[in-house]
Amino acid sequence: MTSAAPGVPPAASAEAVLTEPGYVGTALLPPPDTPIAIARRLASRIVTLCWVELRKIRHDRTELYTRAIQPALWLLIYGEVFTRIHAIPTPHGIPYLAYLAPGILAQSALFIAIFYGIQIIWERDAGVLTKLMVTPTPRSALISGKAFAAGVRSVVQAIAVLILSALLGVTLTDNPLKLLAAMAVVVLGSAFFSCLSMTIAGLALSRDRLMGIGQAITMPLFFSSSALYPEKIMPGWLQVISKCNPLSYEVDALRGLLIGTQAHLALDVLVLVLATVAGVTASALLLPRLAR
Amino acid sequence: MTGQHDGVGQGVAPPASSTDLATVLPPAEPRRSAVVCSGLTYRFGTHTAVDHVDLRIERGETFGLLGPNGAGKTTTIRMLTTLLRPMEGSVSVLGIDAAAQPMRVRRMIGYVPQLLSADATLTGRENVELFARLFDVPRKVRGDRVEGALAAMGLTEAAGRQVKTYSGGMIRRLELAQALVNSPRLLVLDEPTVGLDPLARTDVWEFIAKLRETADMTVLMTTHYMDEADTYCDRVSLMHRGSIRATGTPGLLKAMLGDNATLDDVFRHYTGGTLDDNTETGGIRDVRRARRTARRLG
Repeated sequence: MTSAAPGVPPAASAEAVLTEPGYVGTALLPPPDTPIAIARRLASRIVTLCWVELRKIRHDRTELYTRAIQPALWLLIYGEVFTRIHAIPTPHGIPYLAYLAPGILAQSALFIAIFYGIQIIWERDAGVLTKLMVTPTPRSALISGKAFAAGVRSVVQAIAVLILSALLGVTLTDNPLKLLAAMAVVVLGSAFFSCLSMTIAGLALSRDRLMGIGQAITMPLFFSSSALYPEKIMPGWLQVISKCNPLSYEVDALRGLLIGTQAHLALDVLVLVLATVAGVTASALLLPRLAR
Repeated sequence: MTGQHDGVGQGVAPPASSTDLATVLPPAEPRRSAVVCSGLTYRFGTHTAVDHVDLRIERGETFGLLGPNGAGKTTTIRMLTTLLRPMEGSVSVLGIDAAAQPMRVRRMIGYVPQLLSADATLTGRENVELFARLFDVPRKVRGDRVEGALAAMGLTEAAGRQVKTYSGGMIRRLELAQALVNSPRLLVLDEPTVGLDPLARTDVWEFIAKLRETADMTVLMTTHYMDEADTYCDRVSLMHRGSIRATGTPGLLKAMLGDNATLDDVFRHYTGGTLDDNTETGGIRDVRRARRTARRLG
């Protein structure tokens, strides 16, 4: 048993970790339960899990490239064709491709987020989830962290779609603040849809079932939103569904910010924030089911 | 081995960075037990997985919870680590009730689950840093602590590689490093060597033994490898069908049965059956095979 003299700077050695006398870990800190402490811990967990997500993207970029193929096809083939035939009326007669680009941006973020629950099922099967739940991380902070990590992944993807759109001649805003705001909207939207996915994961409890449900709901979510066409030309019943679909609000905000169409930004953000809070709550409540 | 650091900061000037910490430390209570379970009970439907378990683990000891698969070891551990709320009775860690103050208990525990559970797509270092962050290890000391934990487990050289290139034994050591990065008071190991080949098992045990020599840490482990418990545990409890049948040092338990008794014999004596009788998942046969292999390899 070694006992290092006091005042000796902690060295990065095995001995230091095991016997460093002054270090008490965080074990004896009083339980932080003031609102500020709770908010700080939440922020810290979100930053940590986003950091992990960025490291993973850095280690393996193939997913970024393969996931860029689908939005590219939507813009290149569907977008070009429908721009040419002028079948879909756009506000102020802007080119259809410009109208479509924010919709495809939201779609590619949706596709990433809606399957994010698979990761939590994988973590449960591998025992990682129980290990995370034994750290001083409240369930809601764990879910929020994962939701925003999905947002980070979506933003990286969104940037690829933005660049692609610009290359295809879509005139996007050059206001950096609006671009940043658009990315924030992408993060919020992905946070909600990943919570939806994690909620389904908490109910389905298996990867295969989640895959099936995910496949079954992505396209309806996409087609019942204003991603491809304005609400005005939808039949009445679809307009009602679209009004309940958070994706419509995400698309509306992105269009307003990126190509300057008329948008209800405050309402859009409010809906997305409320949806995300509800999503975090639902999946946090279901988390113990997963960890059982 | 007991209580070298019982009063943390006692008689030792804390480093400048944590002066304010000294004022928030609770008064030292050196004789507080590491774990106390009383009347601990948990049921899954009609099946009572843990049935009124009373257990006291002293600070600084290595304690083994033994029993076949399905004996209730893991459920006990899950209540202790705040993953499950006890249905009856209570469990406290270093004097703190796990159900009432789960966050405080989690800060004192290092937990290594049964499955190999490091993130294969991250490097070893990133895996350990993740847990340093989740345990709120201050940024100033984080880098040093991560490197220290990796060094303690002999992983410094491999730290920059992705975990998918690691062997089973290395992943287990990495998980120990993850658990150690917060300097836990109680290290909880759920079947630490299950699924490892015999050489890796010995390897992991050597590191756990080294830990015990250098750190003042209570270790609680579950295992169904009686030979390992015999060699490495100070005291053991035999668990069978949800309740504790006997507790004591391996030497004492064996001596009570007479000369040349093994822990396997002790277990058979207290449960009226062999390990195989109670196996639902059939893992024990593999264990036997692995043990034979280990013997053959010497």
